[in-house]
Amino acid sequence: MEDFDAGREITALRAGDARVGAVAMFIGTVRDLNDAHAVATLTLEHYPGMTEKALAAIVDEARGRWDISDALVIHRVGELKPMDQIVMVAVTSAHRGEAFTACEFIMDYLKTQAPFWKKEATPDGPRWVEARGTDDQAASRWKGQGALASEPK
Amino acid sequence: MPRTITLVYLARLREAFGTGGEKIELPPEVGTVSALTHWLAARGGAWAAELAPGRALRIAVNHDLAGGETPVATGDEIALFPPVTGG
Repeated sequence: MEDFDAGREITALRAGDARVGAVAMFIGTVRDLNDAHAVATLTLEHYPGMTEKALAAIVDEARGRWDISDALVIHRVGELKPMDQIVMVAVTSAHRGEAFTACEFIMDYLKTQAPFWKKEATPDGPRWVEARGTDDQAASRWKGQGALASEPK
Repeated sequence: MPRTITLVYLARLREAFGTGGEKIELPPEVGTVSALTHWLAARGGAWAAELAPGRALRIAVNHDLAGGETPVATGDEIALFPPVTGG
C-alpha cells in the first residue's frame, strides 16, 4: 500500500477549522531489529471489512471520551522495509491535553483491537510477530478513570 | 434447512490450515463460538494444535470480536485469528 505524507494529511485534517489549537500525531515505523531478529521485510496482513469497522469504532470511542475536533488513522498493509512508515494517528483539538491523550489512546487500542498482523522476513526464515503483554497493559490502563493526565469526559 | 456459515482464517492460522477460509454446514449441536472451535479442533492435525485449549485465539462474528458464548447463526461470517500485532 502507498506511503503517506504526514504533512499533507495534517493540512487536510485541520483545514477550515479555526477552533483547532492543537494537533498531536504519532507515526510508527519499521525497525531493522525486533526481539533480536534482523528484519529484512515486514509484511502486514489485515482483515478487510473488520479493519475499517474496528478503526472507526476506536476513533468513535476517543470522540466520546475527549473533546476533540477530528481524528485520522492511516495504517499501511503489504510488504514494508526497515524505516518505512507503518501507521499514522493524528488528532486535532482546541487544546493540547486532549489531542495528546486521545492520540495515545487511539494508538494503544489499535495495537490490541484492530485486526492487523505482522510477519517478518529474517535470516532464519519468516516469523509471525507475537502479541506483547505490554501492549495489553498499555490498553488496559484506559479502562480506569483518569489513568493519564487528561480525565475522560 | 442447511445452516451455512463462512469461516475466515487469518495470519498464522491461514498458513497452518492451508486455506483462507471455507463455507461449512453447521452441525445441529453447534450453537456457539466455543462449540464451533471444539468441533473444528476435532478435525485433528493443525486444527487440534491451533485450537487447543490455552492457545491464544481471537474470534470475530460478523466483524465484531466475540466470546465463547456468542451465538453462531446461519449466514454468519466467523473469523479465527491470533492476537493482533498491528501498529
